[in-house]
Amino acid sequence: MKRMEFNYGRWLGVILKIAMGLFFIFPFLWMLSTALQTLKETLSFPPVWIPASPQWDNFVRAMNGGPFAIYAKNSLIITGSIIVLQFLIMIPAAYAFAKYSFVGKPLFFGMTLLAFMIPTQVTFIPVYLLLADWGLIRTLWPQIIPFMTNAFGIFLLRQYFMQIPQELIESAKLDNATEFKLIWRIMIPMSRPALATIALFSFVSHWNDYFWPLVMTDSVSIRPLTLGIAALKETEGITNWHVIMAGNAVLVGPILVVYAFFSRQIVRAFVYSGIK
Amino acid sequence: MASIELVQVTKVFDKTAVIDRLDLTIEDGSFTVLVGPSGCGKTTLLRMIAGLDLQTSGSVRIGGKDVSNLAPGQRGVAMVFQNYALYPTMSVRENIEFGLKNNKVKRSERIELVESISETVGLKDYLDRKPSTLSGGQRQRVALARAMVKKPAVFLMDEPLSNLDAKLRGQMRIELIELHKKLGVTFVYVTHDQVEAMSMADRIVLMNGGVIQQEAAPEVIYRQPGNQFTAQFMGVPPMNVYELGANGIKFGFRPEAALLSQSQTQSQSPETNLNTNTPQWSVRGTVATREMLGSETIYQIKSGDRSYMVKSADDQYAFDQEVQLRVDASRIFLFAADGSRLLESEPDYAGYMDRLRGQRHG
Repeated sequence: MKRMEFNYGRWLGVILKIAMGLFFIFPFLWMLSTALQTLKETLSFPPVWIPASPQWDNFVRAMNGGPFAIYAKNSLIITGSIIVLQFLIMIPAAYAFAKYSFVGKPLFFGMTLLAFMIPTQVTFIPVYLLLADWGLIRTLWPQIIPFMTNAFGIFLLRQYFMQIPQELIESAKLDNATEFKLIWRIMIPMSRPALATIALFSFVSHWNDYFWPLVMTDSVSIRPLTLGIAALKETEGITNWHVIMAGNAVLVGPILVVYAFFSRQIVRAFVYSGIK
Repeated sequence: MASIELVQVTKVFDKTAVIDRLDLTIEDGSFTVLVGPSGCGKTTLLRMIAGLDLQTSGSVRIGGKDVSNLAPGQRGVAMVFQNYALYPTMSVRENIEFGLKNNKVKRSERIELVESISETVGLKDYLDRKPSTLSGGQRQRVALARAMVKKPAVFLMDEPLSNLDAKLRGQMRIELIELHKKLGVTFVYVTHDQVEAMSMADRIVLMNGGVIQQEAAPEVIYRQPGNQFTAQFMGVPPMNVYELGANGIKFGFRPEAALLSQSQTQSQSPETNLNTNTPQWSVRGTVATREMLGSETIYQIKSGDRSYMVKSADDQYAFDQEVQLRVDASRIFLFAADGSRLLESEPDYAGYMDRLRGQRHG
């Protein structure tokens, strides 16, 4: 009897998981389907789910719809710089917050959390004016400088560092390790899952960012992929959903690859178990 | 080779002085054990020697050199922690090597050192394993190897055996004694366990409330305790101490100093007759508990509202049996009201002893 009940619950679980999976994967499938349709199919009602003949040509049209090499290069530079700079600033900051006591620590940490809670839409005009004042508007910097630190990352990493036993740090100090070496050889290797999580979140949000570059750029040469794909809409007067979706499929490609690569580390970041 | 001197050190935590103007000299090459109840300041003392906690005032000297303001890594000390503090992401080899790398020791020399140390502690086959795959005893050895490889002048150990099971702890105690003999460097060992202190130390520093109670060899601490705290802290079961009933004076005797005999036959037994010339204190009581430990038996003898612990080789006494308990006067300690020891040489000593004998029951 008991065994039967157990199986019943497990089946329910499996069904719910499949339902959830479909719910999340549906927009992706729709995007892929649309990317392979003709213009006429995209406009028909009820919607066409499976295109009569796959229009691979849509991808060619999307990539020829603008200077995509420049967009892709910009996206890579921007996201890459942001991640590198964030790590350079975040790791020492989180280490200090987690393992040292200094004057004003609660205040500084409070300010960091506050930064975490303020939406970018509140700050974009002052930031724009500041960067314009510095004469940086026609460069890639406005898309990098505001994201050099990551309040969420500092917070998550601090929590992680706090779980690392103090004795390990003391032991390293007795082993004559410098602070740099201590961070490099002990803190970083021990918090790889957290770092992977932060890198992925950061990558996704900046790779997909539309609002900020839209506000900060005024020419093609400094625009990222998201703006390039949005621009496809305007090429022929009516909305070319099939071409836009082909572009979007290209845009999300790298994210799926990166996610597949990091997913195990991310799960571990949230189920941390230390080695005693 | 280094002696350690603490000169007038004070440590203040949150405005309370945990240690107040303490002086201590630890001799070069000694195995010194700092022992005391938790919160007595022994770990703080060790951490000040290591440089992990800085003293609020006073100075720390190692090998005659003032290290008060040197970083832990510059003091020529190595430390073994209670939870071993092995670097979990590094292999055993990398753990042992880490300090050498930081001290810029050449690669060829490093390999040689790691090989020879790992042989000494029996870890040769485990060099490429991660600490998480090792047993508690093996981790302990890695921690020791990591400390030894730096050839420190001073070894500091903070309760290194308390995470091991009883059997392994006994074995590691012997290994540590051997290690100390072999290396010949200064060992400073912190523990709350007086058995560890007695068994390993050649010098014990007993602390309580941030103050050194007594500093001596284990035999001296045990046989000639300087005060009531020392007398009761060292030894299992602890010394029996009770009020004498005059001027707050207390008397005490070790559980093994008491002789038991059957109450009814006391006057006829030959051994009692043998002892009639030596002054004794005796009391009659009943056996309240009996713990048979194999080579010896521990009895709790209740007499009136007092209970005395007695350790005896004789296991014939049963629960609830009435017994006579006798202690030779030479094995009785007297303590003044403030806890200090009242020595035989003091004028009042004989008077108090007579008074004690007058309390003989039975």
